[in-house]
Amino acid sequence: MTGDDFQVIIGLEVHCQLNTKTKLFCSCSADFRADAPNTHVCPVCLGLPGALPVLNKKAVMYALKVAKALNCTIPEEGEFCRKNYFYPDLVKAYQITMGDDPLAVGGYIEIEDDAGNPKVVNLTRIHVEEDPGRLVHMGNKERGYYTLVDYNRSGIPLIEMVTEPELSSPKEARRLLNKLRATLEYLDVFDPEKEGSLRVDANISIKGHERVEIKNISSYKGVEKALTFEITRQKNLIRRGGEIVRETRHFQEGKGTTTSARSKETANDYRYFPEPDLPVIRVADWLKDITLPELPDARRDRFMQQYGIAASHARTLTGDLKLAEFYETIAKEGAAIAASWTADVLIGELNYRDMAVSEVSGHAAEFAELIALVRDKKITDKAGIEVLRVWLDAIHKEGKCEKPAEIVTRLGLTRESGESFRGIVEAILEKNPQAVADHKAGKKGALNFIVGQVMKETKGKSDPREIHAMISEILGE
Amino acid sequence: MEDAYHAFLTQTELPQEAGTEGGILSGIRVAVKDNISTKGIETTCASKILKQYIPPYDATAVAKLKAAGAVIAGKTNMDEFGMGSTTENSAFGPALNPRDITRATGGSSGGSAAAVAGGLVPMALGSDTGGSIRCPAAWCGIVGLKPSYGRVSRFGLIAYANSFEQIGPMAANVSDCAKLFSVITGGDKKDSTSVDKPYDFAGLNPGIKGKVIGVPKEYFAEGVDPEVKETVKAAISCLESLGAVIKEVSIPSMKYALAAYYVTCTCEASSNLDRFDGVRYGEIAPEMNLPWHDAYTKVRTAGFGPEVRRRILLGTFALSAGYYGKYYVKARYARQKIAKEFAEVLTGCDMLAGPTMPNTAPKLGELMKNPLEMYQADILTVPANIAGIPAISVPCGTVRGLPVGLQLMGRMYDEETILNAALAFEEANK
Amino acid sequence: MITEEEVRHISALADITVPENELKSFTESFNAILGYFDILDTLEIEGKLERRLVNVFREDEPTESLSQEDALKNSHEPEDGYIRAPKVI
Repeated sequence: MTGDDFQVIIGLEVHCQLNTKTKLFCSCSADFRADAPNTHVCPVCLGLPGALPVLNKKAVMYALKVAKALNCTIPEEGEFCRKNYFYPDLVKAYQITMGDDPLAVGGYIEIEDDAGNPKVVNLTRIHVEEDPGRLVHMGNKERGYYTLVDYNRSGIPLIEMVTEPELSSPKEARRLLNKLRATLEYLDVFDPEKEGSLRVDANISIKGHERVEIKNISSYKGVEKALTFEITRQKNLIRRGGEIVRETRHFQEGKGTTTSARSKETANDYRYFPEPDLPVIRVADWLKDITLPELPDARRDRFMQQYGIAASHARTLTGDLKLAEFYETIAKEGAAIAASWTADVLIGELNYRDMAVSEVSGHAAEFAELIALVRDKKITDKAGIEVLRVWLDAIHKEGKCEKPAEIVTRLGLTRESGESFRGIVEAILEKNPQAVADHKAGKKGALNFIVGQVMKETKGKSDPREIHAMISEILGE
Repeated sequence: MEDAYHAFLTQTELPQEAGTEGGILSGIRVAVKDNISTKGIETTCASKILKQYIPPYDATAVAKLKAAGAVIAGKTNMDEFGMGSTTENSAFGPALNPRDITRATGGSSGGSAAAVAGGLVPMALGSDTGGSIRCPAAWCGIVGLKPSYGRVSRFGLIAYANSFEQIGPMAANVSDCAKLFSVITGGDKKDSTSVDKPYDFAGLNPGIKGKVIGVPKEYFAEGVDPEVKETVKAAISCLESLGAVIKEVSIPSMKYALAAYYVTCTCEASSNLDRFDGVRYGEIAPEMNLPWHDAYTKVRTAGFGPEVRRRILLGTFALSAGYYGKYYVKARYARQKIAKEFAEVLTGCDMLAGPTMPNTAPKLGELMKNPLEMYQADILTVPANIAGIPAISVPCGTVRGLPVGLQLMGRMYDEETILNAALAFEEANK
Repeated sequence: MITEEEVRHISALADITVPENELKSFTESFNAILGYFDILDTLEIEGKLERRLVNVFREDEPTESLSQEDALKNSHEPEDGYIRAPKVI
């Protein structure tokens, strides 16, 4: 068997925290991230004896919104049930979740496959459940290990979305997650910028072999990495004549590897049964009253039509709600240049600094000003990027920054006409006779080298096309 | 106060809350079963595993008692977590029956019954999962009401079997029982299974004339003590003489009742009691350097008594892979069938009557030898919990000097009819 | 019929030990009770489950939580606001 014969089959279980004000089964505030441990807890989410769950209507509404956006069917009746297992993060030793009668079934998500063709990935189900608490591992080898628990997260509402095993590559999985994340963000039911707000379990197998589950991957990039590692591991194992064991594996984020979850845990037997403390829900007819906002695909199509921008730009810009909104406020400076500066330049610089789009959302006017400077040839592209970097660094560090025009002035980046650099160009040509000779001999790259030297000397204030023309003229071409 | 019957696990005598002087229970001392959460007062469910647990909140029923002016006299003895019919499964020793201290009080609300029967308090809260109020009420010779499912909030009641149990009133007479009931009823936003149907004490009257009383033949079957049968039949004749119409009825699906009850309650209990691991509460600390399963196993094995361990294991088994359909699902449909039959029978009658317990109070230790025999003692009380309907036990005489309870079961949410009938009976037999 | 082996498995699932010397008698009484449950095998499953209540919700409005002190006060040796639990690694 050669490597090319391996067919990869991937299914995802995606858990998203809903951004309700309160927890799923009690009225504790869900806005806990900045607060001290165990300060957002009550008898219900602490699992104190005698406390009872009461279902948050908003959480059900949010989940239905997602179900509608993902084209799901709502069964007549949904029933909560208990998933029983012992773990220190689980206060009641059972998680209230949904079993045989979930909130929604079916549905699908449209993505592109690795060849760029449209692909429909079907959903199995969507259900609502509670998040457990958070563990901190303490101690050391000598004095022994123990655990500290913060139950602030206990009871935060989650939706779990389960796909059919229809994904064929880690990149497809990544695209599906991006699509899902964007959709949920557009629906305003989820905040992707909150740490740990999206977590993924992935089922992965090579056709004809056993399935492996990778648990609790907590970043988008992690999913692609974990799956890529796991595919290589499985393929190599099969090539060597080994056998894939059906098991659960954990993703080691730091190392980018997966390891077998060899624990003494008794074989999973969750003893599901209906939650006697909660009546069933009948919410199918709520669906018709839910109006969906414009979703990512519709917005992408509109961007292409309304702004006449390329499909790839439109897809990037609409793949993140805040980015799409940001673009729409600056598109008036020139749809194409704004698209390119946002999708190609800004995103890269944000990622480099690990910044979220939301950090610059309030600075759109300044970014628009920067684009106008470039558009009107007041500064060169290169100077524009330099201004952008200074601007982002300041926002990142101080949350504010001077206007782009002020940066240009302060750093002396105003574009100057080619003639003012004639002396510099002549000096550089004189200093690099070999390059001039190479150029005359028709060697590609020699001219670029010379232009580069000029750019360096003029600190980006010159326009490379003008310099190009000037060199040709001086050399009598 | 002197507690010769080991009715109390904790005595409190908290002062009446300010501003409640006009309340219907103003200044009245009420005992509370120890599985009902009381803020700042140790609440153990008579289990070692919950020793030293101080709830930071009041059960809704307790908050209502306080608001009505009651003085919380203390927390009463019980079978551990409500699992038992004699109060001998208390980790802190049994309660004694004030009518004969060599005998069991019945259970699981035995401490509450003993506190009332022994004259220590005029009224008490119990809880009834499969007869836990009515059984000790019958054996100790007092009045006890299991409310319709949902009419009293379960918030703060430490769960044993959620689908069946209700907090309910126990008192020396029907009027006090009704008065206490009126305080604790009403919907509660903290209990999703509660309904807003308050009981109006002013409506209590000895009304029985023209009421149709169904007498299910299954309540007089083999296994019921012949003398108990005679005593209860005499009580029913008394009701007839007061103007009731007596009608024999049958509920054939009662044959499923005990199995459906014990399957469901052990399943629910196994899940409910898995939270007791010593981490967040309870006297026994887990060994933090052990892996969690090992640490929990030590705490739980040491903390639970034998009957609780047995029921947790039974429920764990019944829910485990491969058995869920055979046990839990079947029990669920059996419950529905029984509930439907009761509802149907009760369309042709206003209430049903029979003995509360098949026997009188046993000697201490007598029922402890065989768990199955203990379970079978619940055969006449369990059906009302399965059907969700209200049921009251009212004293109706003695057999060999020991009290016998007459059980009246009403339509869903119609405690009014059975309380009025019980009052009529009580007044006629003063 | 449940075997002693199954009782061991169940006891591991429930995190409760049945001492070896009690295993035999425990299994016997367990079986007696399970035998009593067999009457459910004769029941036909029929009809849909009826619901006494449906759609019970609360609004998404925050109320005050417990104080950290109250949240921790029944636990053993809390540390820096955290509750201490056995190791999981």
